[in-house]
Amino acid sequence: MLEGFKRFTSNKGAAIGLFILLIVILTAVLGPLIYSDSPWRMVQRPFLPPFTVDGLPLGTDALGRDVMAGLVHGARVSLLVGLVSTVVALVIGVPIGAAAGYFGGLVDDALMRFTEFFQTIPSFALAIVLLAIFQPSLFYVILAIAVVSWPPVARLVRGEVLSLRSREYVEAATLSGQSTFQIITRQILPNALPPIIVLASLMVATAILLESSLSFLGLGDPNVMSWGYMIGTARTVIRTAWWLSFIPGVAILLTVLAMNLIGEGLNDALNPRLSRKSR
Amino acid sequence: MSLLEIENLAIALPAGADRPFAVENVTFSLHKGEILCIVGESGSGKSMSANAVMGLLPEGVTPAEGRIMFHGRDILHLSEENRRDIRGKSISMIFQEPLSALNPLMRVGAQICEVFEAHNLLTPQERMRRAVELLTEVGLPEPEKAVRAYPFQLSGGQRQRVMIAMALALEPEILIADEPTTALDVTTQAQILSLIEDLRRKHEMAVIFITHDFGVVADIADRVIVMQTGEIVEQGPAEDVLLRPTHPYTRSLIAAIPGMKERPPEAEGKAGSQESPVILSVNGLNKTFSTGGGLFKQARVVHAVNDLTFDLHLGETIGIVGESGSGKSTAGRCIIRLIDPDCGTVRLSDVELTKLSGQSLRMARSKAQMIFQDPFSSLNPRARIGRILTEGPIAHGVPRVQAMERARELLSLVGLDPSAVDRFPHEFSGGQRQRIGIARALALDPDVIIADEAVSALDVSIQAQVLDLLADLKARLNLSMLFVTHDLRVAAQICDRIMVMRRGEVVEMGPTAQVLGQPNHEYTRSLLAAIPGRHHEQAMRLAVASE
Amino acid sequence: MIRFILARLVKAAVILLAIMIFNFLLIHAAPGDPAAVMAGEAGATDEKFIADLRARFGLDQPFAVQLWTYVKATVQLDLGYSYRQSMPVIDLIWQRLPATILLTMTAFVIALVLGVIAGVLAASKQGTWWDTVISTLALLFYATPLFWVALMASLLFSVVLGWLPGYGYQTIGANYTGIDRVLDIGKHLILPATTLGLFFMAVYMRMTRASMLEMSRLDFVKTARAKGLSNGVIQRRHVLRNALLPVITLAGLQAGQIVGGAVLTETVFAWPGIGRLLFEAINQRDYSVLLGVFFVSAAMVLLFNLITDILYVLVDPRIRLG
Repeated sequence: MLEGFKRFTSNKGAAIGLFILLIVILTAVLGPLIYSDSPWRMVQRPFLPPFTVDGLPLGTDALGRDVMAGLVHGARVSLLVGLVSTVVALVIGVPIGAAAGYFGGLVDDALMRFTEFFQTIPSFALAIVLLAIFQPSLFYVILAIAVVSWPPVARLVRGEVLSLRSREYVEAATLSGQSTFQIITRQILPNALPPIIVLASLMVATAILLESSLSFLGLGDPNVMSWGYMIGTARTVIRTAWWLSFIPGVAILLTVLAMNLIGEGLNDALNPRLSRKSR
Repeated sequence: MSLLEIENLAIALPAGADRPFAVENVTFSLHKGEILCIVGESGSGKSMSANAVMGLLPEGVTPAEGRIMFHGRDILHLSEENRRDIRGKSISMIFQEPLSALNPLMRVGAQICEVFEAHNLLTPQERMRRAVELLTEVGLPEPEKAVRAYPFQLSGGQRQRVMIAMALALEPEILIADEPTTALDVTTQAQILSLIEDLRRKHEMAVIFITHDFGVVADIADRVIVMQTGEIVEQGPAEDVLLRPTHPYTRSLIAAIPGMKERPPEAEGKAGSQESPVILSVNGLNKTFSTGGGLFKQARVVHAVNDLTFDLHLGETIGIVGESGSGKSTAGRCIIRLIDPDCGTVRLSDVELTKLSGQSLRMARSKAQMIFQDPFSSLNPRARIGRILTEGPIAHGVPRVQAMERARELLSLVGLDPSAVDRFPHEFSGGQRQRIGIARALALDPDVIIADEAVSALDVSIQAQVLDLLADLKARLNLSMLFVTHDLRVAAQICDRIMVMRRGEVVEMGPTAQVLGQPNHEYTRSLLAAIPGRHHEQAMRLAVASE
Repeated sequence: MIRFILARLVKAAVILLAIMIFNFLLIHAAPGDPAAVMAGEAGATDEKFIADLRARFGLDQPFAVQLWTYVKATVQLDLGYSYRQSMPVIDLIWQRLPATILLTMTAFVIALVLGVIAGVLAASKQGTWWDTVISTLALLFYATPLFWVALMASLLFSVVLGWLPGYGYQTIGANYTGIDRVLDIGKHLILPATTLGLFFMAVYMRMTRASMLEMSRLDFVKTARAKGLSNGVIQRRHVLRNALLPVITLAGLQAGQIVGGAVLTETVFAWPGIGRLLFEAINQRDYSVLLGVFFVSAAMVLLFNLITDILYVLVDPRIRLG
């Protein structure tokens, strides 16, 4: 594990990713303390370009709101939605995948058909329908994202469990009288952890993209300032104030990029197939 | 004049490997028409020099020193393009895994034709005709049909024949065979070996045969090279090396070969006499697998275990012997209910295992434990040895401290240091891991042990040590054992009775000496005849007798 | 082969049925009266329309009967009536569907072809600056929000540079015919299709590269080299063909995301497809349209899956003959 961490930090991409993510996390945690006012408040006249007025480094939007304040509060939403919806997706996907992989047979068939169903339906359209019918609030946004993103987890965990359950040490554990629950949680899942961690870090990235897309379409929580919402409202004025769409997009791009870089670094560090080859 | 001269070859491993050179100071020559065997255990570097001849060293591995002279030309330092001319045409190669060595998406015929295509020879029609001829020569049934087959439609032995046909296509002067029979069953192995012999004679081809099996060496080698950790320790004519080995390493390797020798008489009768009480009784056990069934597909039904009935007596060891697909492992797993049998009964002491389920099964099963084949997948890589050895007893209500105490005892019992409890499996070698696996099986004080190919994955010298340990423990703890193996020689060493299985059925069962000495069933006879190194053993006995 | 496709069709039918039931449950799980939900926000105040809906979908009957009525209607492609647009939902969809199929198929082909080519290039030049440039670009595309790229592309290529139309499906009022019309639509298609394809191109490129590198480590590649084949032939015939299998599998799994991405692209580029229809329906709270589009887009995904399944079978003999 320690060796893995060393491999991770020596990966240039992962180091850059970690650096960007740390900045985003700091912004999300400390930013709202500095910009303690509501990001919805009008502070100046509208359409001030960036770097023109002191105290408003990124200017104002179509309603005279501080773009910088919006960006800072948006970081919090993006990270929160990304993390929580990933956790929820894991909570749904891991047990389903583990049960399907371990018990096999009819249980597997039933659970996998169920998973396949959710994987086949266009996830983004499903999220839209869910949010359009239920009230768009942060809770439902997170739920909708989790509901559409758990199937890959279930499939991955199933595959891992399927290959691990026929390992001889699992058979040995069965013979030694351990319960099924113990075998799954103590023998199998810990060994399936590395690919799950990698997938989870990539899922955070996807969830952030999904959240921004939903808010862009106006399906985000109307009480929460988010990057996608900022782009969505700036879209109509793109010809006159292009930076209003541009800036939040760069924020999303960097955050997602950082998560992807970290995911890749984790993948190289935790699945060291190359280092095994030199045996 | 020799065909190939390897002089002072050294091959460098990438930084961070366990040693700087894969092979060092390797010098040998190969003569026209001879079979040269390179023997060694895993990690001895035996494949590396052969790969260097082909110019097929793995990435990051580079030749550091020396020359490989072929027809007066140093081929070690040729350009990739010049090397391509030699590959497949003058020197060709076959590999260990006949399944993964063929492209799964291409027809067999097309893969053979590629050899001609690579060297711009013949028209496409002629190539296909030659492919059929070649498949006929290597003895593939229905060669016209076989050229149109995909690799997955052929058996392992047939695939290896295809590989050989491919290697022979351009009548090469040298054939390099890298453990070509290791992945095959013993009867198939015997066929492939005699095919290689025949072809070498017919085509006057020189063969470099890489193997870890001295039995195979005894059967086919003209000359032998023995390698240990990257260096040649002994080379010479096969007869000299096998009968009069000079280097201690060679001697230890030859001594470790499980021979078909009868076991010392003191072991006979002492334990496992059939008068002692029955500890495990199996009656009418059946298991069928059906595969590939679906809405639009007929399911294929395989009888993995068909009507298995036998009694295991206290202190006795029964060998279950068979080739892959014989159902021997399934039988072992059905008895212990790792796989649920379709019907039949298994009685362990006075408990009927087949009737139990859930908690009562978990409790009853502690009296029958298993030792596994693969020392690398049989221990949880994320658990310390202490945890591995105590989980079982703790699940059966033994207090943790006491279980840990017992774990230390068990480790000394199997010849390891008790401090191993704090370490992880990856810190141990294959043989040590197998000892840990044995300790784990003993942790629950079982009456019966099922050993599933328990020594098959180990190098031959380690194999001998582990077999000795098992025999010793068995005698000391009065264990009864089912010993599942594909290797009759191993079975001969440790078993009181032997049961030979084929396609789920027991074809023959009886005392070891009888089954091996005067087999009743034709299949047993063919198995025995296929064991490599039989002639050598007779020669050995004669040599010993004449001394 | 035919058996395999038949089995897939049966599976697709089952999934479609499951989606119908899912839609039905959604209507009932939504807050408020099912009839009001089906009518949409605008229609919910029209008493007569609501009563009509109740009668048509048997909303006073027991639950099971309601489900049966709903499924029966959906199978007959009766997806309800849009009060807003004064039109049956299915007619609205029929109007918009061709544009979406054109857009998604073009994007899919662009992504697959360019992605695989880039992946092969990066893998065969592993470790060189080619690999670095391609991999970095892929990493960037992979992290970019689709709607934002679409906005920026239309800003740059349409507003600033004026090279390509950034709005709609054809030049309004031009009334082109024949080849001119095709060219006109083609010109309008370039920006939406490339932006939609960009993300997936990155995905396929990464998969192709990884899978090529993985395959070249396998034994049969060593066999091919031992035959004396040239590197080009080995890469093309042995490595690439095997490496394509996981790419095709992935393409099938991601079909849903392409259809989902169409919602964003069509919204930004005012492309008159069902994605744009969905966006309009969100704003108008027109639930019948919403659920109808959802149902049809799922059917489209199944179609995509069928295509990738057939591709897979064509490449892999083990499924065709096994």
